[in-house]
Amino acid sequence: MSAPAQRRIIFQHIDEPGYTNDIACYLKHGGYEVLKKAVTRKPEELIDEVKKSGLRGRGGAGFPCGVKWGLVDRKSGKPIYLIVNADESEPGTFKDRYIMYQDPHQLIEGTMISCFANNVKQAYIYIRGEMAEGARILEKAIAEARAANFVGPNVLGTGYSCEIYVHRGAGAYICGEETGLIESLEGKRANPRIKPPYFPAVLGLYQCPTIVNNVETLCHVKYIVEHGGEAYTKVGTPNNTGTRIFCVSGHVQRPGYYEFEAGKITMGQLLYDVCGGPLPGRTFKAVIPGGSSAKVMKFGERYKGKRKIGADMVDYDWGVEDVPMDFDCLAMVGTMGGSGGVIVMDDTVNMVEALANINAFYSHESCGQCTPCREGSLWMKKITTRMVHGEARPEDAALLKSVADQIPGRTICAFGEACSWPTQSFIAKFGDEFKTYHETKKTVVEKTRELV
Amino acid sequence: MIQPAKPDLVTVNIDGKEIAVPKGTNVIEAARLVNVDVPHYCYHPKLAVVGNCRMCLIEMGMPAVDPATKAPVIDPATGKQKINWIPRPQIGCGTNVSPGLHIKTTSAMVKEAREGVMEFLLINHPLDCPICDQAGECKLQEQATSYGRGYSRFVEQKNVKPKRTQLGPRVTLDDERCVLCSRCIRFSKDIAGEDVLGFVDRGSYSTLTCHPNRKLDHNYSLNTVDICPVGALTSTDFRFKMRVWFLKQTNTIDTESSVGVNSVAWSREGALYRITPRRNDEVNDTWMADSGRLLYKQVAAEDRLKSAESLDALVAKAAELFKTSAGSIALVGSGRSSVEEQFLTKKLATALKASVALVSRTAAGDKLLISADRNPNVRGALVTGLISALPSARLAQLAADIDAGKIKTVVSVGEDLIAAGLTAAQLAKVSVVYLGTHANPTSIASKVVLPTLTVFEKNGTFVNQQFRIQKFAKAVPGLSGAQDDLVILSKLVQAAGGHETASEVNALWPAIAAEVPVLGTILYRNLPETGLLLDRSAWAGLPFVEGETLHYKPAQPAATATA
Repeated sequence: MSAPAQRRIIFQHIDEPGYTNDIACYLKHGGYEVLKKAVTRKPEELIDEVKKSGLRGRGGAGFPCGVKWGLVDRKSGKPIYLIVNADESEPGTFKDRYIMYQDPHQLIEGTMISCFANNVKQAYIYIRGEMAEGARILEKAIAEARAANFVGPNVLGTGYSCEIYVHRGAGAYICGEETGLIESLEGKRANPRIKPPYFPAVLGLYQCPTIVNNVETLCHVKYIVEHGGEAYTKVGTPNNTGTRIFCVSGHVQRPGYYEFEAGKITMGQLLYDVCGGPLPGRTFKAVIPGGSSAKVMKFGERYKGKRKIGADMVDYDWGVEDVPMDFDCLAMVGTMGGSGGVIVMDDTVNMVEALANINAFYSHESCGQCTPCREGSLWMKKITTRMVHGEARPEDAALLKSVADQIPGRTICAFGEACSWPTQSFIAKFGDEFKTYHETKKTVVEKTRELV
Repeated sequence: MIQPAKPDLVTVNIDGKEIAVPKGTNVIEAARLVNVDVPHYCYHPKLAVVGNCRMCLIEMGMPAVDPATKAPVIDPATGKQKINWIPRPQIGCGTNVSPGLHIKTTSAMVKEAREGVMEFLLINHPLDCPICDQAGECKLQEQATSYGRGYSRFVEQKNVKPKRTQLGPRVTLDDERCVLCSRCIRFSKDIAGEDVLGFVDRGSYSTLTCHPNRKLDHNYSLNTVDICPVGALTSTDFRFKMRVWFLKQTNTIDTESSVGVNSVAWSREGALYRITPRRNDEVNDTWMADSGRLLYKQVAAEDRLKSAESLDALVAKAAELFKTSAGSIALVGSGRSSVEEQFLTKKLATALKASVALVSRTAAGDKLLISADRNPNVRGALVTGLISALPSARLAQLAADIDAGKIKTVVSVGEDLIAAGLTAAQLAKVSVVYLGTHANPTSIASKVVLPTLTVFEKNGTFVNQQFRIQKFAKAVPGLSGAQDDLVILSKLVQAAGGHETASEVNALWPAIAAEVPVLGTILYRNLPETGLLLDRSAWAGLPFVEGETLHYKPAQPAATATA
């Protein structure tokens, strides 16, 4: 079965020859028409459309956007803030960056619609520190939109006012965690807050109700308001509505971004038909389907169980290649859709070395606030680093697993899961490589010497 | 299920024991009420909850209800309402009680979680307990013993951090021992109001330090040492001086102002080593100013007064003066004397038919635990009737009387008359009988010097600004050559022709209780360690100098109340 065609909703104009990121080009392609219509409607209607659409957040957790908006405390009398989470930092993910660099007005329009729907008077775009150019592009785009009265006081003569500010992070992964982001935006260290009581929807930015949405999610909102929540549910599969952007990196012939209807394409179709399969003479070994914190999938393993299709429970028996790329199916096979960063590893990759790389990242990015993640992530890194530097011991596999098992579910934020799931899944699926790495390492060193 | 006794109580179940606790109590405090220990590092009852150490993880469940009908779901096996246990451990510090909450603190999940957190806390800890001052009062030691696995699986290099950072004049930091609980940061920022501490770097390399160009030099900096659960923050003064398990703890009261901070004096073999605060939720919570902690140094000070002569010989000299100057004697009492001493001072004044003045000592309060009245016991003098109006800073009337030749002898109970405004020339005109602890211009100019004891060497009570009577106890034996103030005062009373009185606190109290109406029901030995509020209505109209401090609001002056 060959792959379905791409369905480009969000990435419609990305890398389109001649398409520029200024407002003139955006307006020429029908830009801000949706906002113009949206501001004539009742905000509650817009929220209902988003609820109806079943849109799930594209930042990684897949939390339903309409539900998130529904949790916002609107009775407190405090201002409601909207924060655009543009701190795209999950290794393997590079979708939001394209939107901001090449189509910033799409994000601004989506943001303004969402602000109008939620009666937000101030919105912040918290952009990853490394994306200095992106921040500049957004600043320019906001200025253009402001000049055209799409942003700022009295938007389009409706009496509704809303400002958007761009805030650059200082380059820390944890600022992508929504309460960490809020702390950072308040000018503090990005230590995530304890929940309860600090749910952003009630006690968020400056202790006011706050909505934090991913860049891509807000672009979907624009599409939903344009076409209606009902129509949006027709895209994708039930409970996994809309499209998903897959950022494929690693050992495939054609890495890159691809936008498909959620659940309509399988992992095999994506990797073989769309991305051209493995490099010549190689075979796929493993794939991480949703950013580096998602649990790894091993080619050759089978996933069996029952799943609900319509009203029926249907048996499934999948290999990695057969798994439909949506939130629910990936969760069923023990991993997650996450941020859509698909990292492919072929048979040349040693899994111990791959994990050493991932562990180095997470130990560097742990904020250090709570004990299990702070100490556990660095311990795992120290173990895997020692292993790849020739000091591996057969018992390290069991130790790594035991350390990783002491972290998830015991931390303030989801970083505990993010830093321990790679180790847990690598050991569970490639345990033999870890147990015998002290032997492997000797031969690897030999081979390298030959090359030199 | 036990029915809650009051509407603001909720019933929770902790390890199978039902208990009714006030709404808003967290799980750690609720468990404490049933003697269940929930180990923790970052949680402190007087600081904001941050939930970062993860040591207080507990298993938590709520009674099951049918989602549709809200009817309780009954477990057929037990006949009781089913409990839905949350599959992941929750933090006790950040979880407030709710009706029917069930807690397990000894389940396999909790045990495993604690072992994990303990192991993580120890992997980068230097384990230098043999040279660590915290040993013996270290939460890391105690909880590793109680809740840890007892062995290490860590074979990597430990992190290296600064070992002796001077955060300020009184606090030394060993960063390797720090468990990053952030208690000190929260205390400095939220309680002391000085946001000087913070973490730099991240992850396991996070390091506690002062903000750029700042120092931990506020007058509450040593509280960070008290609340540090490990040996990271140490008192520069106490560092490497003494093992804490050798020290005897004696409850005492801070004398530096009328707040009456409850504290503990730590001593060994007659020597004091440190003063730390003692929790009193009505007075000082768990805090104390740094300045009050240095007062123990006065005990072994070079300029302590002592006498080679016997007390009887000294008293005889004083008696001689009393006789020769009968009818022209003035008495200067003290707001630093204890209630008992003031009681006897009054007896002495009566016996001598002497006028009584007190010296006030005021300075700006710090709005926290040092009030504007720097005498610890002015209210004691009011209560015992030694004075009836508030004292002034200068002894103007006494000076005038001396100049007029009306006074021949002045008895000063610990007050430096020169500092209180008398001139050396005025002092030269009179004979001075001085009772005091340390040398000063007055003691030098005195005819008779009766060396007395510091607050750490005797028993007694003070009445603080709230009219709370609080007792302090003798921590170390009195200095050789000095005598207990009560012994001296009772002998002086007799020498002045008064009745014989008891000269020991416990023996004296029945007399005090009999003669002082508001103290009528009190005995020294029955006084609670947290003190007792007295009926202050008799002095409500006095213009006390104190402004607002922790747990104290001055009575609204009438003028501003009507404005």
